[in-house]
Amino acid sequence: MIRNGPRLRPGAGSSGRASSRKTSMNLSDPASFTIATARSALDRRELSATELTRAVLDRVARIEPTLHALLAVTESRALADAAAADARLGRGESGALLGIPVVLKDIFATRGIPTTCASRILEGFVPPYDSDAAERLARAGSVLIGKANLDEFAMGSSNENSAYGITRNPWDPERVPGGSSGGSAAAVAAGECLASLGTDTGGSIRLPASYCGLVGLKPTYGRVSRYGVIAYASSLDQVGPFAWTVADVAAVLGVIAGHDPRDSTSVPRPVPDYGAALTGDVRGLRIGIPREYFADGIAPDVERATRDAIGVLEGSGARIVEIGLPHTEYAIATYYLVATAEASSNLARYDGVRFGLRRASAGDSLVDMYRHTRDAGFGAEVKRRILLGTYALSAGYYDAYYLKALQVRTLIRRDFLQAFEHCDVIAAPTAPTTAFRLGEKVSDPLAMYLSDIFTTSVNLAGLPGLSVPCGFDRDGLPIGLQLIAPAFAEETALRVGDAYQRATQWHLRRPAESTGNAPGTTA
Amino acid sequence: MPVSLKDVDHIALLARLGLTDGERAALRDDLESILGYIGKLETLDTTGIEATAHVIDLETPLRDDVVRNPEDADAMVGNAPDRDRTYLRVPKIIE
Repeated sequence: MIRNGPRLRPGAGSSGRASSRKTSMNLSDPASFTIATARSALDRRELSATELTRAVLDRVARIEPTLHALLAVTESRALADAAAADARLGRGESGALLGIPVVLKDIFATRGIPTTCASRILEGFVPPYDSDAAERLARAGSVLIGKANLDEFAMGSSNENSAYGITRNPWDPERVPGGSSGGSAAAVAAGECLASLGTDTGGSIRLPASYCGLVGLKPTYGRVSRYGVIAYASSLDQVGPFAWTVADVAAVLGVIAGHDPRDSTSVPRPVPDYGAALTGDVRGLRIGIPREYFADGIAPDVERATRDAIGVLEGSGARIVEIGLPHTEYAIATYYLVATAEASSNLARYDGVRFGLRRASAGDSLVDMYRHTRDAGFGAEVKRRILLGTYALSAGYYDAYYLKALQVRTLIRRDFLQAFEHCDVIAAPTAPTTAFRLGEKVSDPLAMYLSDIFTTSVNLAGLPGLSVPCGFDRDGLPIGLQLIAPAFAEETALRVGDAYQRATQWHLRRPAESTGNAPGTTA
Repeated sequence: MPVSLKDVDHIALLARLGLTDGERAALRDDLESILGYIGKLETLDTTGIEATAHVIDLETPLRDDVVRNPEDADAMVGNAPDRDRTYLRVPKIIE
């Protein structure tokens, strides 16, 4: 179930603007669309999927040279998808994503379409099969616009680790879009698609959603199949959507969630009707506020916006309870041991034998060939993480580092289980600051890692986390509210996020570029 | 936690990573700083705490032992950088 357009309170300032958009779609500004508004126009045959797709492709052609959110634009595939969607619409069919332009992070295997993971080591790799998520999106009749840029192998918080160049933040081209799913977020925020998919291992969906003024969801570990998703840290990786509204994100989740026997960590649980969970009613719901998330280091504007958002939810009838997550300060250290240990193992497959790059000189032994290939193919951050993970797993350090991290992971998980005895959902900032400047943290890996201080615990505990726009800082940059729910309680987080969007209008703002004006930037 | 260049060389070999001299020194410094931060875990007493390797309680699922891939070896090895028909070619490994 999808609502028709954003619902605004009677008398709200820009309600006229939103409703006029619904009836006269502005094709020169695809960022003004949501899935819900496009759905309604497509179903009423006021707009064809082909018209919508052409509008999005025009937008891509106009802004990609500056934005660089995409590593590949799949134009002919998009037009074929759109024609197929129009045929289905013509037969009176509908469906959550039928005719909706989408983008996939370039970590999802796509049959016949190059898949690089933003790494030189996968240059030229063309998968012979589709990932489960790509398959489900195609079956739902969505229109594939392209593959999004990312930090190489999803390792990063800014998209600056891509081997194929940076992506800019549509709200301020001198700032990062966040990472690692930065291209997926920037593509939606700039109107290059209406929704996109990313992956989140330590915050890689929620952080860019926060930095780009979007809704982003990391579902529960096991909710969405990772079949065909290039692995980074297998006990943490999860697939999830970006869009402008919680209702849109719920619609995408309904399509991609579900058991897949090809992923042994995919959980055989029925998929609820996420749209039906969006009742707008949060009366009596207990919202936990973790005191550790409002500690030193949080930007004043972020703290204010987050507290205001909590106040809005309280005004809607939710009960606010203070909770503790006492092991929060150990989350980043734990994450960087667990994730890198798993990465060092997962990335062993890039050996110059079966796919991608090979570098070898005459007389090279097999080991020399491996080492030359991996030196040439991996970027600095990937090498750093492989080394750290190998170190943590190596003889003499396993107990002190890796095993210790797995024990602390238990403590972090217990914190959440205990907190959820006192609340139904947890509300906190998504990130301590808004989007930082390009280049600001590239030379300081640790500072970059700390961008994820409020997101990694959720992955370690395997929980769903939703980031919802909750305001702007003094520089006009978006701020995200994070809603964390118990395992498989996506509906609760979505219900709260949707109720918040019904009561506020932050999600109606668009970056200046989305008006079609060229951004004043130095590319 | 001091890290020596010898340590870096040792783990780089384990990880089959070739590194330039500049990379070796930079990575030594990075590792030292990151491990210094990670050292905060030592302050936590984890005696008797079980390890969490993953968070879901799933038995390893098994499927019937039947071939499901279409017979298309050529497509499966089509991405190999060096091959002879459906064989992958690598540098000589036996003297």
